[in-house]
Amino acid sequence: MLTTKTLFAMFAMVQLSLVGCSKESSPAGGSGAASTGPSATGATGTTAESTPAKAAKNLTFALVSHANAGDKFWDVVKNGEEQAGKDLGVKVTYQGSGDPQKQAQLIDVAVSQKVDGLIVSMANPEALRPSIQKAVQAGIPVITINSGAEKSADLGAMTHVGQTEKVAGEAAGSRLAKKGLKHVLCVIHEAGNVGLEERCAGAKSKLEGGKVVNLQVSVSDLASATSTIAAKLQSDPSIDGALTLNNAVAGAAVNAIAQANRPTVTLATFDVDATILQNISAGKIFFAIDQQPYLQGYLPVTFLNLYRTNGTTVGGGQPVLTGPGFIDKANAELVQKYIQQGAR
Amino acid sequence: MTTTAARRDERVVDVGIARRLLARPELGAIIGAVIIFVFFASQSEVFRAPAGIANWLDPASTLGIMAIAVALLMIGGEFDLSSGVMTGTVGLTIGLLSSHYGLNLWLAIFASLGLALGIGFLNGYVTTRTGLPSFIITLGTFLMLQGLNLGVTKALTNTVLIEGIGRTQGYPLAQQLFASTVSIAGAEFRITILWWIAVTVLATYVLLRTRQGNWIFAVGGDARSARNVGVPAAKTKIALFMTTSGSAWLVGTMVALRLTTVQANQGIGDELIYIVAAVIGGCLLTGGFGSAVGASLGALIFGMTSQGIVYVGWDSDWFKFFLGAMLLLAVLANHGVRHYAEQGRK
Repeated sequence: MLTTKTLFAMFAMVQLSLVGCSKESSPAGGSGAASTGPSATGATGTTAESTPAKAAKNLTFALVSHANAGDKFWDVVKNGEEQAGKDLGVKVTYQGSGDPQKQAQLIDVAVSQKVDGLIVSMANPEALRPSIQKAVQAGIPVITINSGAEKSADLGAMTHVGQTEKVAGEAAGSRLAKKGLKHVLCVIHEAGNVGLEERCAGAKSKLEGGKVVNLQVSVSDLASATSTIAAKLQSDPSIDGALTLNNAVAGAAVNAIAQANRPTVTLATFDVDATILQNISAGKIFFAIDQQPYLQGYLPVTFLNLYRTNGTTVGGGQPVLTGPGFIDKANAELVQKYIQQGAR
Repeated sequence: MTTTAARRDERVVDVGIARRLLARPELGAIIGAVIIFVFFASQSEVFRAPAGIANWLDPASTLGIMAIAVALLMIGGEFDLSSGVMTGTVGLTIGLLSSHYGLNLWLAIFASLGLALGIGFLNGYVTTRTGLPSFIITLGTFLMLQGLNLGVTKALTNTVLIEGIGRTQGYPLAQQLFASTVSIAGAEFRITILWWIAVTVLATYVLLRTRQGNWIFAVGGDARSARNVGVPAAKTKIALFMTTSGSAWLVGTMVALRLTTVQANQGIGDELIYIVAAVIGGCLLTGGFGSAVGASLGALIFGMTSQGIVYVGWDSDWFKFFLGAMLLLAVLANHGVRHYAEQGRK
């Protein structure tokens, strides 16, 4: 039978590729069989007779983000999470989906696996409410990250780790206003992402005496994003500034400014990478706002581990802020080193 | 059957029961589903526990409803690329009318049904009138709806997210009907699974037991011959497009009521998944062949795979690769089975 052979061959392939790519420090064998969650420790944390160190060995923390795979920013979050897992000797998992229903379903999966802690980014808190509450009811400590700070406590999360979008947007707006800009493009790269809209609204509120106009592009098609931005710059000579909300789009905006031959346009961006730093050093980008995604992966694992082994909580009911930090010509050198390690 | 019939017509080839079974479009999907289930169930304890089963039936159910409608349309020889984004259009319409403008939720739900059926009618009408490939026509619809979803939402509400559907008049009953859960064996199974089963039964009945079902196979197999023997080809195709958009209304309503919020980018990209599920279930891209049960099984395979990968704890960077490999595997199994079955008929 041809089909049976094909089946076996395909399975063998999948199995083989597993051996090569399992980055986790977990003792998952070549079969890819992960233990289905640790022995449930229940809602009260670890049992009295197990030492914290021993307990930490079997802890599993799951991160469920609102980003699709392959996102630069979230890859750094994932690196932070995995490093914290290695440093503390706990097992960590990462999943993500840009579709709120799929994200809710991924949270349900983590809850059914009885993980010891849950880390969730909430671009759309209301959509995740039932799933997160189910986790809280099951006695799983939840930490929210990146977005959804204002709903975090309401949903029963322990704390929130991230930067609030509005505050970051306002910080960008103030700095652009100081430079005396009058007409700024705010480039939104994901239709329907609420956090991005908030950043633009924040910038708008601080650019007194000037106006901020939103421009819609797609982060998954940077070539057309470049031409859209260029077209906009060519069509309106009064535009003197642009604010991009993601590092990849910032690269597109740099190209667009060159294409449109408008070198006087001041460009600022959210998020950083190596290219952004070079552009800052070269004076093509005025500043970048860094919310230090690495921390948004690393800290929650640390906090959950402390809670599980020591019963302590962090934040005192307030969010733990990881940003906004400004990167400009003054400190670009310093950041460069860490970027290459996938840690910034 | 043994060949004891003495004076049998030599032109009648005896086809064994096994071969006849193999010729069913959904058989490959059944085999695929069993293999995928056994594989993940053996790898993960939670996957086969009630809580796990409830988890993978959840995405399978909404996908299944759409996959069945898309399968019918594909049997009828057409595609609908606007089906995914239509779920978003429906959800946004419900959100705008009920939560933003304060209409009763049921009114909003029926208004959005009218809108969805209207869009489906337009898709079908333009396709049948122009004779252009529906692939192109519905791609246009897809892009227009994507723009409308964002543009209208933004213009009317100044945001890209409509919240507060859970606080509208009429929500409790609608939530019971479209978005509640049923507790079985200590796990929360979603009501959408029941809808999915009902849609599967209904579609199978229509396909195999009614005149309209024959028309669907006929227009997909050969539209001209079908027309020549008196099948209302244009009407059948328009009805199929309306069935697809009607299903998008059902699923869009389910999602909107479950999440109580709707994002302007909802549903984009899902249309290909519907088609994949239908193809795993034995639909041919050329039309005229396929089944509703098969499409349901395709959705089941997709649901099991997408959640199963998470259960066994494989690195999420590779998620899409595994998903693709599993789907390819299912299609290959299907293809092999059909090939084997057809050899028997020669």
